[in-house]
Amino acid sequence: MKTHDEDSMKKLLRQALPPVNSDAGPGRDLWPNVLRRLDAGVAAPASPGWAWFDAALLAGLVGLVAIFPVSIPVLLYYL
Amino acid sequence: MRNEVSDVLNQFRQGDADAFEALFRQHQRAVYGWILRIVRNPSTAEELTVETFWRIYQARVRFDPAQGFEGWARRIATRVALDWLRMRRTESEVSFEVCAEAAAPAAADPAVTAEIRRKTALAFGRLPPKLRIAATLAVIEEQPQKDVAAALGISVAAVKVRVFRALRLLRKDLEQQGIKP
Repeated sequence: MKTHDEDSMKKLLRQALPPVNSDAGPGRDLWPNVLRRLDAGVAAPASPGWAWFDAALLAGLVGLVAIFPVSIPVLLYYL
Repeated sequence: MRNEVSDVLNQFRQGDADAFEALFRQHQRAVYGWILRIVRNPSTAEELTVETFWRIYQARVRFDPAQGFEGWARRIATRVALDWLRMRRTESEVSFEVCAEAAAPAAADPAVTAEIRRKTALAFGRLPPKLRIAATLAVIEEQPQKDVAAALGISVAAVKVRVFRALRLLRKDLEQQGIKP
C-alpha cells in the first residue's frame, strides 16, 4: 500500500469513526462499584462468549469417557 | 508535595485502602477517557474502568512507584479493553456501527456517503482486536505513537506495523464489498 493510499484510508477511517469526546469523564461516581468489585473477590466476571465453549468441551469429554472408558487413565494423566 | 505523592504510592503498594481511593479519585477520569477512546461506548467504558481499578489493586505489589502510576494504569486499562474487544467481538462491532451512524455529517467529505462510512466502521470492527486497538488510538484518536506503544507494551515500530496492517486489511475488506477507498 502506497503512502497516498494509506493517507486516504486514514482520512476515510476518521470520517467513519470520528474521535470520541473523552474529556467528559464518567457519568457517575464509580468508586462504589470498585468497592463492590473488590468485595466480590478473585473471580472475574464470566465471559458469556466462552460459556458455550466450556459446555461443549465438557460434553465432548463426557462422551469420550462414555464411549472409551479406557481413556480415563489417559485423561487423568494429563489433568 | 513530591514526598506526599510518593507516600501515597507506597501506601497503595502496601494495600492501604485510603491511598487506593486517593489514586482512584485522581486518575479515574484519565483511565475512563483512555478506555472510552478504545471501546467507544460510555457504559462499557465505565464497566471497564471499574475492572481496571480492580486489576490495579490486585497487581499493587508489582507496582514500581519510581515508574509512576499513570503509565502503569494506562497499560492495565489497555489490556482490560483489549480483553473486552477479544471476548465481546460482536458487541464491539455494534458499537463501531453506532459510532459511524452518529458521525457528524457536517465534518464529512460529501463524496463519502453515509453508507460508505457505515460499511467502513463495520469493516473496522471486524479487524483483529490488536490491530484495531493500535489503529483506533494512533489514527482515529491521533494519540502520539510513543504513548500508544507504551500503553500496548510494544515498540513504536511495532505500532506502525500494526496500523499499516490494519489499514491494508480494511482496504481489502472494503474492496471486496465493491468500495474503492
